[in-house]
Amino acid sequence: MTVAAKVHSEVVAERGLSRFFSDMFVVTERNIIALVRIPQSLFFSSVQPIMFVLLFRYVFGGAINVPGHSYVDFLMPGIFLQTVAFGSIGTAIGLAEDLHKGFIERFRSLPMARSAVLAGRTSADLIRNIGVLILITAVGILVGFRIHAGIWAFLGGLLLILLFAYALSWGFSMIGLLAPNTETAQVMSFPLLFPLTFASSAFVPVQSMPGWLQPFANNQPFSILVDAMRALSNGGPTADYVIKSLLWSVGLLIVLAPLAARRFRRSF
Amino acid sequence: MTLAIEAVDLVKVFKGGVRAVDGLSLEVEAGTVFGLLGPNGAGKTTVVRILTTVFLPDSGRASVLGHDVVTASEEVRANIGLAGQFAAVDENLTGLENLRMIGQLTRLSRNTAVARANELLELFELTDAAKRIAKTYSGGMRRRLDLAAALLHKPSVLFLDEPTTGLDPYSRQALWGVIEELVNEGTTVLLTTQYMEEADRLSNVIAVVDHGKVISQGTPSELKSTLGATVIDLEMSSNEEADRLGRLLLEKIGKQPRLVGAGVELPLENGPAQVRELLEIMEAADLMPVRLDLRDPSLDDVFLSLTGHVAAELQEGGRK
Repeated sequence: MTVAAKVHSEVVAERGLSRFFSDMFVVTERNIIALVRIPQSLFFSSVQPIMFVLLFRYVFGGAINVPGHSYVDFLMPGIFLQTVAFGSIGTAIGLAEDLHKGFIERFRSLPMARSAVLAGRTSADLIRNIGVLILITAVGILVGFRIHAGIWAFLGGLLLILLFAYALSWGFSMIGLLAPNTETAQVMSFPLLFPLTFASSAFVPVQSMPGWLQPFANNQPFSILVDAMRALSNGGPTADYVIKSLLWSVGLLIVLAPLAARRFRRSF
Repeated sequence: MTLAIEAVDLVKVFKGGVRAVDGLSLEVEAGTVFGLLGPNGAGKTTVVRILTTVFLPDSGRASVLGHDVVTASEEVRANIGLAGQFAAVDENLTGLENLRMIGQLTRLSRNTAVARANELLELFELTDAAKRIAKTYSGGMRRRLDLAAALLHKPSVLFLDEPTTGLDPYSRQALWGVIEELVNEGTTVLLTTQYMEEADRLSNVIAVVDHGKVISQGTPSELKSTLGATVIDLEMSSNEEADRLGRLLLEKIGKQPRLVGAGVELPLENGPAQVRELLEIMEAADLMPVRLDLRDPSLDDVFLSLTGHVAAELQEGGRK
């Protein structure tokens, strides 16, 4: 048993939570490295939102009437949410890729905390979102976006969006595990995101939409998050929007994270 | 005898009712190499996944080093290494980063993982490529990196799922050499393969698997001896002649020879005496071969006689 003895002497004695966190850290680090090295993922998470900023600011914006502030101030909170929402497709694609390239199989044969695979993926996407939001804020300021409600309120709004995006990425990790391949993971994600993103208050005032669409557009979570961000950036009453945003984010997280974890266990 | 791996009546049914593993049992003695030989779709990979705790079996039980794969899966995982069919290498990480990550996830500290990774990179002749992104690696290099990843925590039981599929002959030989060294150091190996030559060269015991069951088991020479002593290889002047001879032999001696192009192969029960009988049959039908060879049976012949089909022929119709 000399081999076994040697192994055990080298093994770091960790149990339970500390082991989960150290494994999560390792998987997160791996996903972040990959993120930085894949040009396509950088494109999806930063170039595409920048293009949307320019498109709506300079092409469509002139035709859209918004009450109160300038259109770019109206637009940017919507762009923040759209950016992280579209970014969560990356979670689905990344997990689908890991599954079909045999990576999840390898992870499952290791003496690691299995839940760290999903947690490491969603944490990496959270970190990516922080970077992308900083970048998009800078781009927004370059094209005339101004924060009216104070920096702390604005940062609080970004935190709300990050929490919501974190909850979303658990949901999209489930799509990644269900999809038969990476292309399908992408195709499955769009029909979900498209109506939620565009039939919302992100780009145009809901009042400009047809009457039958308004109840959905007013009450769906993307609008609520955008409204909260807008209030925290442009000023105005915030409490109602913030509370509803928190409820949606925490609620989605409580539902989606265990579902994804269960799907992960059941995939085998 | 100490058993490193034991499986009893394993069953795994996939969605759609495919019985990938259908009552499979096996015993692997510690310190030996056990080869699971079978065509694509025979259930080999599923068996490996059950034994490495990736899949749960639907019924039956299995243990590795005495630890049950279902109830004591953590202990199993701490003692095994798996090199799966796909070469699970992260293309965006360097060779060193790949190994360090797996090392940390197998509970080595970061420093130990790096030290051990460098050791293995050297052993697998990957030191020069250690800091290159794995995307730039050749197929052989990926396989070696994948095998290195399975060895980080010095597992006492190693699972290799088709370790040399897709490799060039040189890389295959090199990998065989590494596996033989590991076995000499006391590692127990369970490997799956579709290559008779590989099973023959590496395994102490071979189990032939078809449709999720072990249909025959023994040492390579035992398996071969079930076929009789000699195989006759005949080469005819055309494929049509070979077909005609095949039908003729089936009719006269009641055995279907194996036909490969213009070649006809038939195991002989009583060797040289039967050669004369064959020659007489052929002469009477005016079907003389352009070349005639007598040789020892290969595992290919064993496989054909056990399953009724040639291993390689099934390759297109196999697993997803």
